[in-house]
Amino acid sequence: MTTRVPVEQKVLNENQRLALELRERYRQNDVFCVNLISSPGSGKTSLLERTLAEFPIDTRVAVLTGDIQTENDARRLAQFGFPARQITTGGTCHLDAKMIDKHLTEFDLSELDLLLIENVGNLVCPSSYDLGEHAKVVLLSVTEGEDKPLKYPSIFAKSELCIINKIDLLPYVPFNLQQARDNAQRVHPGIEIIETSCTTAQGVDTWMNWLDEKRRQAIVAKGTASAVS
Amino acid sequence: MHELSIAAAILDKVAAEAERRPRARFTKVGVRIGEISGIDPDALSFGFECLVKDTQFDPLPLEIEFCPRVQRCLACAHEFPAPDSMTACPKCGHLATTCIGGEDLDIVFMEIEE
Repeated sequence: MTTRVPVEQKVLNENQRLALELRERYRQNDVFCVNLISSPGSGKTSLLERTLAEFPIDTRVAVLTGDIQTENDARRLAQFGFPARQITTGGTCHLDAKMIDKHLTEFDLSELDLLLIENVGNLVCPSSYDLGEHAKVVLLSVTEGEDKPLKYPSIFAKSELCIINKIDLLPYVPFNLQQARDNAQRVHPGIEIIETSCTTAQGVDTWMNWLDEKRRQAIVAKGTASAVS
Repeated sequence: MHELSIAAAILDKVAAEAERRPRARFTKVGVRIGEISGIDPDALSFGFECLVKDTQFDPLPLEIEFCPRVQRCLACAHEFPAPDSMTACPKCGHLATTCIGGEDLDIVFMEIEE
């Protein structure tokens, strides 16, 4: 006799469960976590290099960087004196909560204020995998098309911040900056946008202030929630 | 893009259910895939078929229910299927809408013979 057993479960509920656990661990330790996402080559690693170079040496920051192959990015990021670990996926085109959970054993969250996660270069799949982060940040460079937000609406809709990178190259490329900003707003009304150049450092301090302010807001929100309950 | 890992996750859930029902033979799995889930139904079918082949579950057809994207108008609350998040509300013409459906990636049912 054939029986139809209802399941009605999200396929990725295991990732979701782990992501919620990670979120709670970050919250308990007041660690602000960011998931940086972009196409390959938009400048995620370069932006992190600039960011780590600007941080005072006693900043309690760590980086997890994901790639399909090589440890190149972790090596680049480790030279600034902060913990940087590579997650090599071997073939998987995105980071997932299980990978983060496994590599977090290398850090003591009670000794961190900021965890920067650099996802695998991919504008599609990372959108589906919650890593427990406070915010997704999508990076797009001026050597790409200004219609990127329209082509990849899911990640732009889910990101709190859009960074438009390589703006030093604007005089040499046909990229329409205002159109790109408009497209991002169309897909995600109210998305914050910062323009940066890792070559000239323009906009990097705005990005760093954003990180600082968002972390502060997260801690305040936690305090308010505790007071209410 | 990662249909194979999604197919593997589905098969893992079947395997977990099989542990709970040792005498059951699984005859079908039903999934719901949303238009903007990022998953291509054909690629998912193919991936699932590859993973099932020559295992204890072979054959195990995958039935895919496709769910279109649904937007809700932020002005009049009208809900309508839409190709993107920028289509104006057909009822009032308002441009600001929010996505309320189409991101599904769910296992809906398993059919078993015991």
